[in-house]
Amino acid sequence: MSLLELDDITKSFGAIHALQGVSLSIRPGEALGLMGDNGAGKSTLMRIIAGNFRPTSGAIRIEGREVHFHKPIDARNSGIEIVYQDLGLCDNLSAAANVFLGRELKKSFGPIRYLDYKTMYQRSGEIFAELKSETRPRDLVRQMSGGQRQAVAIARTRLSDPKLVLMDEPTAAISVRQVAEVLTLIRRLKDTGHAVILVSHRMPDVFDVCDRVAVLRRGTKVADKRISETTPEEVTGLITGAIGAA
Amino acid sequence: MSDMTNQDGRVRPGQGPLGHAEIDESITSRTETSGWQAIVRTQPFWVLMAILVIGLVMTFVSDVFLTERNLFNTTRNFAFFGIMALGMSAVICTAGIDLSVGSLMGLAGVVTGLVMQAGYGIVPGFLACMGVCVLVGLINGVLIAYLRMAPFVVTLGMLAMARSVSMVISNNKMIYDFGPDTELYLWLGGESVLGIPNPVWVLIILTAVFGWVWRYSTWGRWVIAIGGNAKAARLAGIPVERILVSVYVLSAVTAGLAAFLLVGWFGSVTNALGTGYELNVIAATVIGGANLMGGVVYALGAPIGAALMELIRNSLLLAGIDALWQQFFVGLFLIIAVLLEQIRNRGKSD
Repeated sequence: MSLLELDDITKSFGAIHALQGVSLSIRPGEALGLMGDNGAGKSTLMRIIAGNFRPTSGAIRIEGREVHFHKPIDARNSGIEIVYQDLGLCDNLSAAANVFLGRELKKSFGPIRYLDYKTMYQRSGEIFAELKSETRPRDLVRQMSGGQRQAVAIARTRLSDPKLVLMDEPTAAISVRQVAEVLTLIRRLKDTGHAVILVSHRMPDVFDVCDRVAVLRRGTKVADKRISETTPEEVTGLITGAIGAA
Repeated sequence: MSDMTNQDGRVRPGQGPLGHAEIDESITSRTETSGWQAIVRTQPFWVLMAILVIGLVMTFVSDVFLTERNLFNTTRNFAFFGIMALGMSAVICTAGIDLSVGSLMGLAGVVTGLVMQAGYGIVPGFLACMGVCVLVGLINGVLIAYLRMAPFVVTLGMLAMARSVSMVISNNKMIYDFGPDTELYLWLGGESVLGIPNPVWVLIILTAVFGWVWRYSTWGRWVIAIGGNAKAARLAGIPVERILVSVYVLSAVTAGLAAFLLVGWFGSVTNALGTGYELNVIAATVIGGANLMGGVVYALGAPIGAALMELIRNSLLLAGIDALWQQFFVGLFLIIAVLLEQIRNRGKSD
């Protein structure tokens, strides 16, 4: 059964039709590359999955059940975690504070509840170790490199053990070595049964880790193929419109 | 913290020359500091140093400076600003501002006076004072958080409205009769326990509470997160609007508390109470290390900033300089504080 199923999703902003009848499904353990030129509707589709926008029409089903996301928190409660391109980190807080932001661990002393620094440092340290990242829990995010920030954002998603991780251009602003790290992480997510949607402009990344690639052009899905059955050249053609549909 | 300081940035044995990425990372991550270094880097620390230096100079300039009487008065005077600066710190930490605190003091003081004058006693007087402040804070907060209005505009409007209401309900008369609890009220605001003025006790306790709140409470963590990146905070599921409202309520309540104590000390209240105080409170907060761009807060910054301002006033007085120069120096220190902050930030981003 599909983990996430989008059925005939349409989204209009006034007279602008950002998405027209897009259907998409993804199974557990599968990585889907979502590609398309700027303005093709990738980010609108992403925001619908993330619960930022509600579709004008169409249905979203998770494990066969229809869901309605009113706020991002609804999507998260349904097992969808998003790594945003700007990562959504607070520069003035430590790595651990960012990992646990909004779901801080607390200890009780009588009726008083206070932040459990020790466990949060320890737990986020473990996650960073798991990600093979050198990020240290106590460091301020302000002082971190692009790759370390990425690790913090990804570590956030690991806390809730989500079913689906949606990543928006995770490799856009980091060094070559760190790209390899992020791709390794995506593989690890797949191995543990997570579904991954990778929104990316980078053809090599998609062909490296994804099982399928879906291409959007001007708000419609023009292709949805297995990676083994397509080539970067074909996908490029589909994105630019040189190839109509496949 | 200090045990991690030197782990990176050093070539580990058994590894060849560092690759570019590793060098890059070792440079960017070699910023962890020990607890002491972290304290030395904060603005409150340097302001405290300035206070000690000015204090040291003043002991030579004036025989009166170190007398018990002078220190007693000085600490009590800055307690009121310090209490309000604690609330203002929270507002400024969210990158907001609350200009209404001075006027609100007038309103809260007059309301307290009227309730107690009518013979209701000190508890109803205090509750009425707090009630009015919570209401004003809620109005400020809701307009700012839910209607997305600029804090500057909302609280500027409230500055005018609160002052006007206090004029109307006081009928422009001074209140000096506080009913059956007058004696208790005057003791509360004007006397001391163990040689420390009561308002200073309130400031000490509140500073300790806020020190805990900023470090150990979820609410404090969320306020700091909102100041750092409100969008990220919202995505993380933090109820940003509700937290913003609570911050403005808090600022209003600290203004009410200061007004309540100040009226008890003066032994009378007019609707002019607190006129212009918003500037002093904001200055104290900023001098104490708050960043108007948000995301930075120190509990100790509030009393330290307020102390520096009162010390300047007291020093000018004792040094025989015309008191009219006081605001000049408050403004000067405010500008210097912001300038220093900018210079330090420039150093960080380079």
